[in-house]
Amino acid sequence: MGKDKKYFLDEKPEKLTYGGVFRRINDWARARSLWVVAYGTGCGSIELRPTFTSRFDAERLGMRMVATPRQADVLIISGYLTVKTLKRVIRVYEQMQSPKYVVALGACPINGGMYYDSYNAINRLDLYLPVDVWITGCMPRPEAILAGFKRLQELIDSGRADGWKKYIDNLDRYRENQKKIIKNWKMPNYNW
Amino acid sequence: MWAKILYAFLTLIGGIAYGLLLGGISRKITARMQNRRGPTVWQNFIDLWKLFRKKTAISHGVMFYLAPMFRLVGGAGTFLLVPVVVGSPYLSNFSFGGDLIVLMYFMVLGCLGMALGAAESGHPHAPIGVTRGLSQMAGYELPFILSVIVLMVADKTATLEGIVRAQQGGILHWHLFTHPFAAAAAFISLLGMMTSYPFQVVLAPQEIAVGPPTEYSSTFLSYMFSGRSVFAVAKYLLFMNLFLGGASNLLWAFVKTFAIFLWPLFITNVFPRLRLEQSVLFFWTWPTFLGLVDLLRIYLVR
Repeated sequence: MGKDKKYFLDEKPEKLTYGGVFRRINDWARARSLWVVAYGTGCGSIELRPTFTSRFDAERLGMRMVATPRQADVLIISGYLTVKTLKRVIRVYEQMQSPKYVVALGACPINGGMYYDSYNAINRLDLYLPVDVWITGCMPRPEAILAGFKRLQELIDSGRADGWKKYIDNLDRYRENQKKIIKNWKMPNYNW
Repeated sequence: MWAKILYAFLTLIGGIAYGLLLGGISRKITARMQNRRGPTVWQNFIDLWKLFRKKTAISHGVMFYLAPMFRLVGGAGTFLLVPVVVGSPYLSNFSFGGDLIVLMYFMVLGCLGMALGAAESGHPHAPIGVTRGLSQMAGYELPFILSVIVLMVADKTATLEGIVRAQQGGILHWHLFTHPFAAAAAFISLLGMMTSYPFQVVLAPQEIAVGPPTEYSSTFLSYMFSGRSVFAVAKYLLFMNLFLGGASNLLWAFVKTFAIFLWPLFITNVFPRLRLEQSVLFFWTWPTFLGLVDLLRIYLVR
């Protein structure tokens, strides 16, 4: 860090309020404009390409891939998550701006899947990040992914996709779990 | 005076909405060309509202906050200097004598503000994008200014209104037909201004994230988004006034700007991307040559 310190907010985030006059129309717009950060953590990202290109065309639901976490709304954990990747995933998730949603793809983030006894893959994702929608399968087909996103849209539209609030409210517990797994935590404590 | 400000403000709101709608239409057309269904044409309005209402927790300094404002002001200011319908008391905005020269200065304001803000964001991709954007601007500004100079010399006026009045009296009086080489130069440089595909190395989402706006999020991005939309409409209107004979009413303004909007769109969907030095070299050879041909022609004919 050192001279780069001014680029980080190294303090605990304040609790965000949610609601207001426009809450209904906000939720409506958020559900119909999901920008997905183009970051594949595991083998599941191979299924995202057909989902977003001509064959299945997720753009008709208002979704699109963006290249930077700052502009994204949705983080897809696509498949198994190694400890090394988990560190990057946490940074990407914390760099995204609220409200933000996490979609876990495949069996691996749920219970480890075929990597359940691996020495460097995590077994349960929701110990480390709040997950809004789980899509099961190994691997889920693009149809299943689209169904999962429809589910996410319903949740957002009815104001029930509030993983980002849970994360901020229970940040200490999440951080404790994350630091149990990641031994060399060489990054700012809060990198919002 | 107050009535004029009110009309200009309403026109500006209409311009932003029209720009967002054109963006949605371009996404739809792109999707259909790629054999997809694509989003609705109102998608950009939804995106804008979502971005506007997203929270933000990033701070990189004063210039970082100001840059989206520069972008919006640059776009809106350009829009306000271009008359939508020349001679109309409601739709002529703030065009005045000598406005083409002011306009050409104003058109780079957004880019420069964006460059300062993006450089302060501290992300390594941002200065790369800024360098590319400013280099490319040096490329396309030359043929564009050459062709504008051709029109100013030919019509002996520096106002958009004078240039529009010089084109009245039928379709063959349009500068598109009376000065075809200058028009070709300007329409090629329009591709560079719109960062449409052969000259898209500035944003280049596959390699440098999205270039200058990499660190920008939520409300900042919504300002930049609307600034970009209204700037696009301003450029279409400017080209309509310069080359397509202006508009006598609002309907013609829609038809002509839509025709100009289709030109970069169709180019962008069928071309791959040029490298930076290739695109700058291209702008400094063929379009510049075309502009010079028309400039020479004016001096010889006279």
